[in-house]
Amino acid sequence: MNDTNDASLFSDDAEPDVAVSPEAPAPVLPEALVREFEELATHYPERRAALIPALHRCQEELGGWLTPDMLEACAELFGLEPVEVFGVASFYPMFHLRPVGRHVVGVCHNIACDLRGAEDILARACSVTGCEPGGTSADQRFTVVRLECQGACTAAPMMDVDGIYHENLSEEDVERILGGMA
Amino acid sequence: MSKYETYLLNRSGLADSHTLDVYRENEGYQALEKVLKGGFTPGQVIQLVKDSGLRGRGGAGFPTGLKWSFMPDPEKDKRSRYLAVNADESEPGTCKDRVLMDEDPHGLIEGILIACYAMRVGAAYIYVRGEYRHSYDRVAAAIDEARRAGLVGKDILGSGFDCEIWMHKGAGAYICGEETGLMESLEGKRGHPRPKPPFPAGFGLWGQPTTVNNVETLQNVPYVILRGADWFKSMGTEKSPGNILVGISGHVVRPGVYELPLGLSAKEILDDFAGGIWKGRQLKAWIPGGSSTGFLPASMIGVAMDHDSLKEAGSMLGTAAMMMLDETACTVRSMEVISRFYEHESCGQCSQCREGTEWLHQIFRRLEHGQGRLEDVELLSSLASGMAPGKTICALADAAAIPTHAIVKHFRDEMEAHVTHKGCPLRGGDDSTSARKQVEVNA
Repeated sequence: MNDTNDASLFSDDAEPDVAVSPEAPAPVLPEALVREFEELATHYPERRAALIPALHRCQEELGGWLTPDMLEACAELFGLEPVEVFGVASFYPMFHLRPVGRHVVGVCHNIACDLRGAEDILARACSVTGCEPGGTSADQRFTVVRLECQGACTAAPMMDVDGIYHENLSEEDVERILGGMA
Repeated sequence: MSKYETYLLNRSGLADSHTLDVYRENEGYQALEKVLKGGFTPGQVIQLVKDSGLRGRGGAGFPTGLKWSFMPDPEKDKRSRYLAVNADESEPGTCKDRVLMDEDPHGLIEGILIACYAMRVGAAYIYVRGEYRHSYDRVAAAIDEARRAGLVGKDILGSGFDCEIWMHKGAGAYICGEETGLMESLEGKRGHPRPKPPFPAGFGLWGQPTTVNNVETLQNVPYVILRGADWFKSMGTEKSPGNILVGISGHVVRPGVYELPLGLSAKEILDDFAGGIWKGRQLKAWIPGGSSTGFLPASMIGVAMDHDSLKEAGSMLGTAAMMMLDETACTVRSMEVISRFYEHESCGQCSQCREGTEWLHQIFRRLEHGQGRLEDVELLSSLASGMAPGKTICALADAAAIPTHAIVKHFRDEMEAHVTHKGCPLRGGDDSTSARKQVEVNA
């Protein structure tokens, strides 16, 4: 159930917090995100249900991966122990718990894509970006990962670049799409 | 053009098919109006859905009206009630709900509203797999549009019926497509399936009465309401009426999602809709309903695509996600890929599944890469028998065991050839010394 005590720590009418002091570090979760999460929590009878959507938003807005500080801040916001939030975040493949490159490239290697050349697509994605599968390029531009089925089976092979699907790929397409990315 | 009557995809492909205006110009929200203003009681809606014979399109094929009738009587059970919409489409080969959400999101919303009215549910959650960002945005925008038009929220169409619909984003775990795993995940936890019983109708989301329905199932509902049970039963087979979205992928000329009546032969779908096997090659093996339903040999391509015919053939309709392998494909390699997936997706609660899926993958991998032994075939059978059926909390172990049994049954020769050839005979035994020797000789 909603824990109003915890919520008040982050709401607008709380006492002026340390953020006004010039020496204090910026809060891990920007105020706009906290407000967004408070609204999200109203969709459910229990606050915790907003946790996974909130972790998505943290990852999208705050640098592409979930730092321990973000997990702790979410734990506090949702009235959970940090280890519970870590347990959730580490269960789901879409959450990155280590730094990633500026662009995250995922290549589906499941059966429908495998039958239509996924390994060649992956190899080309790695050679264009200078990544090993699962790794980040030395210039921090790219991370390339293997993905399980993305539901693009009738348009195989596919890759996901920063959340956008690219389907019916040839190796030349990979070169063209990734080659021009800063 | 299909020679069969279609309805599910009729709006798809129209310009702006995802908007309220286009939806309304094409029968949209007429079924909801018929229910709310036509004096239908919730019980009558459930009876009509029962009479239609509609079966769930998420894989198990359970009768939808019967499932709805499991919800407790709201007069006797005053708890909150929920509908959870399973849009966590992730069985390999399956990509049909994505088409519906992208092209016809209001069809989903209308189906949800009618289902909620029938089960007297006040809030529905659409659990969309996190990767379907475009589908999520489409459905979310459609909900906003419907809310502004008085179709979602309080006093819908002035009928006194209240219903909220919320979007919810998953985060990439296949197991959250299992209904109890989905509910755990929706509550903000790891997607660990729950032992059943208790069933969701008695103890679902937050311990309250809950029904979980697939997207395509719900999209059928407005048509059943508008056109009647007899119309619905005029398509498909007696026990599997209506149309179904068939995804066909792999080595075919025209992969795609096609709307077809249940009960067509797989051969007709392959030849007439998907254009046959690509590159002028021959069919070697095929999967009828997603990777968990296992490989069937080309000789069985005449089987009818409906729940009962495929069950008789020793397989399953599943999500009707057909995959075709041509003569150059290797079933052992494909099982290496499929078993790798189930190992990756096992939630880890049950030992049989956590360890079993890993062992299956290891054995398929060593067969494919030339380190297999003849006794591995029996070992795979024995492992699969130890994993399923009914030995674990959910059916993920079954999903790995069924295709293992299928390859042993239908492609044993190819498995054994991987042992005698010390690697994949179709790829020249790439890891074996004999293959390397052959390369040297040829060089």
